[in-house]
Amino acid sequence: MSSILVYSERESVALELLTFAATLAPQAVGVALLGQEAAAWAKDCFAHGAGRAYANADPALADLQADVLAEALAQIVQLADACVGYSDVILLGSTLRGREVAGRLAQKLNAGCITDANGLLWENGQLVATRYALGGNTISTEVIRSARKVIAVMPQTIQAAPTAGASRGEMIEAQLSLLPSPVKTVERRAKQAGSVNVESAEVLVCVGRGVNEQADLVMIQALADALGGVIGCTRPVSHDKHWLPESQMIGMSGKLSSPRLYIGLGLSGQIQHTVGIRGAKVAVAVNSDKNAPIFKAADYGIVGDLYQVAPELTKKFTAR
Amino acid sequence: MHIIVCMKQIIDLEKIRIKADTREPVLEGVPVRFGDFEKNALEEAVRIKEKQSDPSTSSGQVVKITAVAIGSLKLKDTIKEALAIGADEAILLTDPAFNGSDPMGTARALAKIIQKLGGGDLILLGEGSTDNHTGQVPSRLAELMGLPQVTYVRELAVLEGGVVPNGRIRAVRDLEDAQEVVEVGLPAVVSVTGELNTPRLPPLTAILKAARKPTKTWGLNDLGVAASEVGANASTIQVLSNLAPVQQRKQVVFEGEVGETVNELLKALEREGVLSA
Repeated sequence: MSSILVYSERESVALELLTFAATLAPQAVGVALLGQEAAAWAKDCFAHGAGRAYANADPALADLQADVLAEALAQIVQLADACVGYSDVILLGSTLRGREVAGRLAQKLNAGCITDANGLLWENGQLVATRYALGGNTISTEVIRSARKVIAVMPQTIQAAPTAGASRGEMIEAQLSLLPSPVKTVERRAKQAGSVNVESAEVLVCVGRGVNEQADLVMIQALADALGGVIGCTRPVSHDKHWLPESQMIGMSGKLSSPRLYIGLGLSGQIQHTVGIRGAKVAVAVNSDKNAPIFKAADYGIVGDLYQVAPELTKKFTAR
Repeated sequence: MHIIVCMKQIIDLEKIRIKADTREPVLEGVPVRFGDFEKNALEEAVRIKEKQSDPSTSSGQVVKITAVAIGSLKLKDTIKEALAIGADEAILLTDPAFNGSDPMGTARALAKIIQKLGGGDLILLGEGSTDNHTGQVPSRLAELMGLPQVTYVRELAVLEGGVVPNGRIRAVRDLEDAQEVVEVGLPAVVSVTGELNTPRLPPLTAILKAARKPTKTWGLNDLGVAASEVGANASTIQVLSNLAPVQQRKQVVFEGEVGETVNELLKALEREGVLSA
């Protein structure tokens, strides 16, 4: 490996990626700091192992449009090639924005790309990534064969930690030639931040389409409360019905959770959801259809109507 | 206005079996269908066409929808659904030379097809395929064609009286912590999420009529692509292994009267020691 370039539009993710990169190529890790906000991250990035920070706050980067970000990164790759040697690995955060930048950047670099990597290690002289494939049915272990390799890594795959003995890095004002994107952001609507943290929950009670009305979530909340747990849901509940914040959606395109106890009620158990609870110590399912796939992904199941089972569970858990 | 919808044929993920001894997925003989988000993309194209051709809601421009689909020989059947939903014509890529393409190979093939079709105004794709969901193809395609990209779209509108010759769109993009409302002139590449719409179930008459709509099958030669540029040989990704994770759930199921089943469950959870921290 010659050198590594790291970029994420989220500082926490950039620090995670730098922590990993510093273990591979401690002398040759660079970070791209794009846009006004990112310039302030340099010190933390150096502490996490970046030897160089390539900063640019061109107004064209203000809205973090994918086409401009990809162009900026492609130009920084060229710069880094000249500074520290051929940049063969570009690590990005696999946020939604990071993933779309990854594809565009990889195409500019004529590079292979792996997105949504949930594991990354250096093995037998090559960078090996894992990701879910076939809709979550399998885990694919992959390497990239092209000279440049773009890998977008899921947030929280790596634990960020300052690098021992990291010295002051070199700040480089990167001279880039950027054009504004033809895509104009006319409005930004912040989503309501969920106060519920499903990722670190000890007990997670999940609901799906089997819940008839939003008001019925009171009954589910009572069950979660009886166990000291929180509520999560499948995609239709958060994204179609909007009964719960999207930050509480569990599964492939949502959050992953490793609770001590998972209880799924009124959800069929499609792989896109159950992928999110693979880490659960014990999984329980309640569904009126005894053929529902969720029973295959559960340790214990009750075939029954959640409107009868949930209150009964609440009553018995409370009485303990 | 020419809308090109790119659709991927996938295997039915719910029907994949896992070999117990090797944890390998069994893919042979699994039924095929279109990916979820591609159907949302097609549905949106049909809604745009319906709206544009209605004099009460628009200036009445002619909209043509071409479905471009990549898949196995079974695609000749699968495509009927797309034509029944409302695509006017279909281009199929069933050449085995494309098998095993990585996202770069797929994007290259799509770019060639779209160029051959005259470029198109609005190019719609799912934000990721339902099977491997790399999400790279929309971005790579946009880059290859030198077009702007708008990804993760959950609301889409064609703006009237746009200043750009081919028209202008407004889209709401769904990111983790915010929605972004963006505007861009066409042509553009747009990728969509499942929240965009609910795809219609075509009536039987539409399915019968679909067989009469023009369908062309193009191969490597039609696209002017070398065999070395696509397919497994050109893939930049080497898969070392692709196995189901080890997951041993006990799968104990209680049936019967509610009070009794709940008691059984409670006993089991107490044995597991998961009822208190």
